Amino acid sequence: MSESFKPENATQIADVVAWAVSHEKPLEIHGQGSKRGIGRAARFGAALDTTSLTGITLYEPEELVLAARAGTPMSEVRAALGEHAQELAFEPPDFGVLLGGEPGQGTIGGTLACNLGGPRRIKAGAARDHFLGATAVSGRGEMFKTGGRVVKNVTGYDLCKVLAGSWGTLAVMSDVIVKVLPAAETQASVVVHGLAPADAIAAMGDAMRSAYEVSAAAYLPGDIARRSQAAPLSAGAASAVLLRIEGIEPSVKYRTDRLLGILKPYGRVGIVGNDASRTAWREIRNVDFFAVDHSRPVWRVSVPPAAGAMVLAGISAAVSVQGYFDWAGGLLWLAAPASDDGAAQVIRTAVSASGGHATLIRGSDALRSTIDVFEPPEAVMAMLSQRLKQNFDPSGVLNPGRMNASM
Amino acid sequence: MSNLIMPPPDRKVLGRRREIAQHLRSIIAAEAVIDDVEEMRAYESDGLTAYRQIPMLVALPSTTDQVSRILKFCQDEGIKVVPRGAGTSLSGGALPLEDGLLLGMAKFSSVLEVDYDNRCAVVQPGVTNLAITQAVEADGFYYAPDPSSQIACTIGGNVAENSGGVHCLKYGLTTNNILGLEVVLITGEVVRIGGKHLDAEGYDLLGLMIGSEGLLGVVTEVTVRILPKPETARALLMGFPASEQGGACVADIISAGIIPGGMEMMDRLAIHAAEEFVHAGYPLDVEALLIVELDGPEAEVDHLISRVSAIAEANSAVSIRVSETEEERTAFWAGRKAAFPAVGRISPDYYCMDGTIPRRQLPKVLSRMNELSKQFGLRVANVFHAGDGNLHPLILYDANEPGELERAEEFGAEILKLCVEVGGVLTGEHGVGVEKRDLMGTMFSETDLEHQQRVKCVFDADSLLNPGKVFPTLHRCAELGRMHIHAGRLPFPDIPRF
Ligand SMILES: Cc1cc2nc3c(=O)[nH]c(=O)nc-3n(C[C@H](O)[C@H](O)[C@H](O)COP(=O)(O)OP(=O)(O)OC[C@H]3O[C@@H](n4cnc5c(N)ncnc54)[C@H](O)[C@@H]3O)c2cc1C
Repeated sequence: MSESFKPENATQIADVVAWAVSHEKPLEIHGQGSKRGIGRAARFGAALDTTSLTGITLYEPEELVLAARAGTPMSEVRAALGEHAQELAFEPPDFGVLLGGEPGQGTIGGTLACNLGGPRRIKAGAARDHFLGATAVSGRGEMFKTGGRVVKNVTGYDLCKVLAGSWGTLAVMSDVIVKVLPAAETQASVVVHGLAPADAIAAMGDAMRSAYEVSAAAYLPGDIARRSQAAPLSAGAASAVLLRIEGIEPSVKYRTDRLLGILKPYGRVGIVGNDASRTAWREIRNVDFFAVDHSRPVWRVSVPPAAGAMVLAGISAAVSVQGYFDWAGGLLWLAAPASDDGAAQVIRTAVSASGGHATLIRGSDALRSTIDVFEPPEAVMAMLSQRLKQNFDPSGVLNPGRMNASM
Repeated sequence: MSNLIMPPPDRKVLGRRREIAQHLRSIIAAEAVIDDVEEMRAYESDGLTAYRQIPMLVALPSTTDQVSRILKFCQDEGIKVVPRGAGTSLSGGALPLEDGLLLGMAKFSSVLEVDYDNRCAVVQPGVTNLAITQAVEADGFYYAPDPSSQIACTIGGNVAENSGGVHCLKYGLTTNNILGLEVVLITGEVVRIGGKHLDAEGYDLLGLMIGSEGLLGVVTEVTVRILPKPETARALLMGFPASEQGGACVADIISAGIIPGGMEMMDRLAIHAAEEFVHAGYPLDVEALLIVELDGPEAEVDHLISRVSAIAEANSAVSIRVSETEEERTAFWAGRKAAFPAVGRISPDYYCMDGTIPRRQLPKVLSRMNELSKQFGLRVANVFHAGDGNLHPLILYDANEPGELERAEEFGAEILKLCVEVGGVLTGEHGVGVEKRDLMGTMFSETDLEHQQRVKCVFDADSLLNPGKVFPTLHRCAELGRMHIHAGRLPFPDIPRF
């Protein structure tokens, strides 16, 4: 069995990395392993486990900042924020159940390293937009810090941006600082039943163009809406466009009323109250609808929102997929047939026509070792990314092969 | 110019100036290459006027292909390049180099596409910040980041500096509002990063480019997110007997879960200067003035106005005014927006600083700043993006008095060090440029800076793009590439293993 190290501070991380470099042992960098199933299936010589690096080190609600050691469980972060009615505004998804594991897992470092944003991405940004500072150890075995503990900072290059979404391939974070925001007092969703995908995109577009600050916009076709635990969605088994409004009570009421007026011409409209709305958006965020039949590959596809319906139609014409939209059409969640390449080629061809990228979020080890899990970048981007990896991890000891075969 | 050391000029390149101009004229129109010293004087400095340098040559390309050919030529010939937008940088980011080509992007001035279906606009980098909003406002949209220089500054410059504005606590800085870029690398290669979709497909190179201060590539196209204009906006103007109470009021507003569209504070000197200049009706008997703007749906704004009023009262505000009309709201802002020129009227020169501090440190920083003010014998006026802790102390001086500029700079450096000392940073939105370059060591270790410079090596290994900015010492990339691992360190007994 290969060795697993559990460093307790940045100096120990540096020691482990130095050891890995001199012994040519590629390290698997992981926290609680909640997203271990995402990424290329790669082989490692040893593991670096961040879960001994725990604890919130600074939390100043009125300054909107929280600092924690990278292995701090998300549950702990959420609980601390909850006490002050705050949250991570990018709405990090929990893929535990989708990937066949437990819900509620994950560390703050892992959340940032994967840069996954939930439905509120369209209004509040992704993890990278809330990532203020970090202390990390690069593949050179050197400890560095970047950013700071204030919400507005342009001092030096913002390495947080590349640490977010680097899936542990550039550096191992020991400490992170994030921007936190007040959580909305209440929410409601406006629902429009019975639309086909193209009309749904148009309806969501109208809502997004309004001044009513829609914080999330999704479309569930009838066969997916039917599976929702939110009664107003599953009741009629019709498709549902769902538009979330968050804020203080009088504002939510006012805006949902106005939005109803805008959307009435599209079809049968209704209001989903606070509790059911939260349930529905949790399902959408965590992709609960695809948490059944784990043999089916699941794709996360980001495209220009107005192109969503066209991309889905293009894919559906070639393979039988199930899909729904988040981000007003800009995010397409797809469950593909388990055969062959998991529909990779069909999906990527459709995406390349509109611009965007497709990431395999769930797939068998076999699938994840044969196809590109992340969108292969075009030549110059690939060269720049390669050089970045080379500069930060010249020996290739940090999660090598996790993002693509050559990095 | 005070003692700023720039990369030594390359005499060989300078000796070939005429030949280089001639070659450039084979790429772009003859009149788009400027070699006349008097004409080049218009480019000798940016918004940080204390530093001046006539460039070797100025080129004003108008297409991506021209930029690509110019950069490739410069890379092949080892010629340094300084990109420039409108030249409003307050950190010397666009300061020319004696042996450098100044690449002016002013001719890239078209809005290429407005795409309401995808809530974005595609523009050229020389389009001004305000012109983007103007292109979409008739349809009820706007571009959120709004630096005070928005009439003049370009979106290319905003991208390079990751600029902010009064709206950025709620709506983010430039980096949170850009979807895609077209960038020309120093090799002449053209790369498209991002697009109309969200998030990066691999490493977030978009995030690296934004805020890179012209050192990584030349931006030739920008896709920005545009937002529907809020239904309404109202402002409160509140005076406090002491900065502590103003600061506490800001903290209480945020603790109450309210994120205002704008939240600005001014100190006594700034209030008086602004009031004398624009007669905005500011109270003059207060130590701190707070402007809070709430924007959004009417029902929400009206509700929050009363909550904020109550919070201000609880923090001993001595005057509270609420805008009832759009004219009144604009008047509240008039003084704040004119704060820089207003201070310019009460002093021959002023030097604008840009540190960010944890907000709770405000009283300490202000009182320490007062001591420094006495020590250096220079007055200082403060305007403050209060919501995010971004402080703009304006140091008043007279450049015609021998030694005053140097004293102002020393005073400024002390203020920035103080910001770092209390847990803040050197710059919140103006960038490092040449101005704060030599202070980077107060915030970052040598290793921290080396990791940042490795990004530079990824894009521009020969360091031809805007050298001398941001980094106090430019290491050669080959040197930065070496590994310093002592083989066999470990297996350390003290690390838990499983
Ligand atoms: C009165 C005044 C008020 C200001 N208020 C604010 C404020 O509220 N908030 C704020 O953030 N800033 C403010 N600034 C600073 C300044 O306006 C911003 O930094 C602005 O973004 C600079 O834009 P510019 O077009 O003038 O760029 P320039 O000054 O020409 O250049 C700035 C940097 O960008 C690089 N650059 C320019 N164009 C490109 C390109 N196409 N590709 C690559 N690199 C490029 C240059 O090399 C340089 O490093 C203010 C300045 C003034 C004078």
